[in-house]
Amino acid sequence: MLRTSGWEKALRYVLMLGVLALTVGPFLWQLSTSLKGTTEDIYTSPPRFLPEHPTGHNYAEVAGVVPVWDYALNSLRVAVASVVTNLVGASMAGYALARLRFRGRRAAGLVFVAALLVPVESVVIAQFTLVRELNLNNTLTAVVLPGAVGALNVLLMRNAFAALPYETEEAAVIDGANAWQRFTRIALPSVRGTLAVVAIFSFMGAWDDFLWPLIVLSDADNFTLTVGLNFLHGTFTQNPRLVAAGTVIAVAPLLVMFACLQRYFFRGVGEGAVKG
Amino acid sequence: MRRAPAPAVRTHRATSPWLFLLPGLAVVSAFGLYPFLTTVHQAFTDARTLTPGTWVGLDNFRRMLDDEQFWVALRNSGLYVALVVPFTVLLPLLLALLVQKPLKGVAFFRAAFYTPVVASVVVVALIWGWMLDDRGLVNGILRVLGAGPVDFLGDAWLLLLSAMALTVWKGLGYYMVIYLAALGNVPHELHEAAAVDGAGALRRFVGVTVPAVRSTMVLVAALSSVSAFKVFSEVYLLAGPTGGPAGQDTTLVMLVQRTGTGLAGRVGYASALSLVVFVIALLLMLLVLRADRKEDR
Repeated sequence: MLRTSGWEKALRYVLMLGVLALTVGPFLWQLSTSLKGTTEDIYTSPPRFLPEHPTGHNYAEVAGVVPVWDYALNSLRVAVASVVTNLVGASMAGYALARLRFRGRRAAGLVFVAALLVPVESVVIAQFTLVRELNLNNTLTAVVLPGAVGALNVLLMRNAFAALPYETEEAAVIDGANAWQRFTRIALPSVRGTLAVVAIFSFMGAWDDFLWPLIVLSDADNFTLTVGLNFLHGTFTQNPRLVAAGTVIAVAPLLVMFACLQRYFFRGVGEGAVKG
Repeated sequence: MRRAPAPAVRTHRATSPWLFLLPGLAVVSAFGLYPFLTTVHQAFTDARTLTPGTWVGLDNFRRMLDDEQFWVALRNSGLYVALVVPFTVLLPLLLALLVQKPLKGVAFFRAAFYTPVVASVVVVALIWGWMLDDRGLVNGILRVLGAGPVDFLGDAWLLLLSAMALTVWKGLGYYMVIYLAALGNVPHELHEAAAVDGAGALRRFVGVTVPAVRSTMVLVAALSSVSAFKVFSEVYLLAGPTGGPAGQDTTLVMLVQRTGTGLAGRVGYASALSLVVFVIALLLMLLVLRADRKEDR
C-alpha cells in the first residue's frame, strides 16, 4: 500500500483550503457585502471581510426598488411546474420506450436522441416565433414549455426502467394489471432514485435559466429571479449592497437544497454526462 | 448498462404506448424539432418579428460574410473554446486527484467545490462583476500587494478573459465529479507499481493517470467545447447587452439574441446565425470524438 506521508497530507489540506477560498470565498464576500450598512465603506483597502454592524437593511430595501419576492415567487412557480411536467412526461415516455413492445419504438426513441443534438441556443429565435404565434409571449407558461419534458430526462428514465428485472412485472401481468397499473404501482416505485435526479436537475435548470426567460419575458411584472437580477444590476449598479442582497436571495434556496440532497446532485452529473 | 429484453408477448392495448409517449413527444417535437425546421427555413428568408418574410436564397449567408459584427462574434466564440477547454480538461482532473484520497473531511471539500455549479450563472456573474470592479475585492487585494488597479471590466480583452475565467471556475466542480467517477475505476496497483519503480508524482500523472482517464478527458473536452462555443450569459452579464466597449466582446449567441429579438428583430438573419451556431457546435463535438478514435489506432 502507498502510505500517505504526513507531509503529503498537510500539503493536500493546504491545497484544499486554497481551492475552498477560491470556490466558496466569492459567495461569502457577496453575503458580507449584502450585510454591510449604507454608512459602511465597502471600497476599503485592505478589504474588510466582515461587516462592522451587520444589518438586514439591504434585503428590505432591495424589495423596495424591484419586487424581488415576486420574482422569487415567479421563479418558484416556473421551477415547480418544470419538475412536475418533467417527472410525469419523462417517466411515462421512458417507461413506454423501455417496457412496452410496439411498432415505432425505435423511431420514437430516435426523436428524443435527435432533440438532444439540437442546442437550445440555436432554436431560441424560432421558439420565440412559435410562442408569439400561440399568443403566449410574456407569460410564465411560455417560460416553462420548451423545457417541460427534457429529452435527456426521457432517456435517463428509459435507462432506469430498462435496468429493472422483468420478473417484477410478470406477476402483475398474470394478475391482469394493465400497462398503466404496472407503471404506477410497480415500475415507478422502483426508480425513485432516478426520479429524484430528474426532479432536482429540472428544478435547478428552471431556476437558473437565463437566456430563454430573457427573450420571452418583456413585462417587468413577470420576470423570474435571473432576469430580475439582470434588471436590478442594470439599474442600480451604483449600490452593490442591493445587488448583493438580491443575489443572496436567488442563490440561497438552491444551496440549501444542495446541502440536503447532495448525493442526487452528484449522481445526476454521472448519469447525465456519461449516458447522455 | 444491461438492457432488459422487451416482453415476448404484448401485454397492453395497441394505443397505450402512444398515450404514454404523448406528452414527451409533443413537447420535444413542438419546442425542439419543429423550431429547428423553422430555423432552417427562416434562414433563407428575410422574415422580421412582425412580418413573415419571403424567400431570399443565400442572401443572409452572403450578408454574414460582409458583417464585421459576425466576424467579431465568431472570433470571440472561437477564442472561448480555444482558451476555456484546455483549462476545463486539466484543472478539474487535478482537483479530482486532490480530493480522491479518503482523508478526513474530504466529502465536505468535494461538496464545497461543487457550490459554483449549483448557483445560477446570473448570480455568479454578478458576484464576479462586483469582485472585479475597479474598486472591488480583487483590486483591493492587488492594491495591498502594491499592484493595480486593473480595469478588468473596462478593457475589451481583459473583459473577455475575465468571462472565460468565470466559465472555467463555474465548471470546476461539475467536471471534477465526472473525473472522480472515472478515477474510481483506475486500478490502484498501477500507481503502486509505478511508485515502486521510482516514478515521481509528475511521471505517474503523465504515465498512469492520464492514459487511464483519457476517454473521460475526451468526453469533457467534447462537452466543454460545445458549451464554451455557445457562451452567452457570462459575457452578456459582465460586458452588458451591447457586448462591452464598442461591442468588441459580442459572442455568436449574443449576436443571435440581439439580432432576432425585439419588435424590429431580423428573424431571418438571426436564424441564419443560429444555423451557424448549430453546425459549428455539431462539428466541434464530432471533431473531438473523432480525435479520440484516431488515437486508439
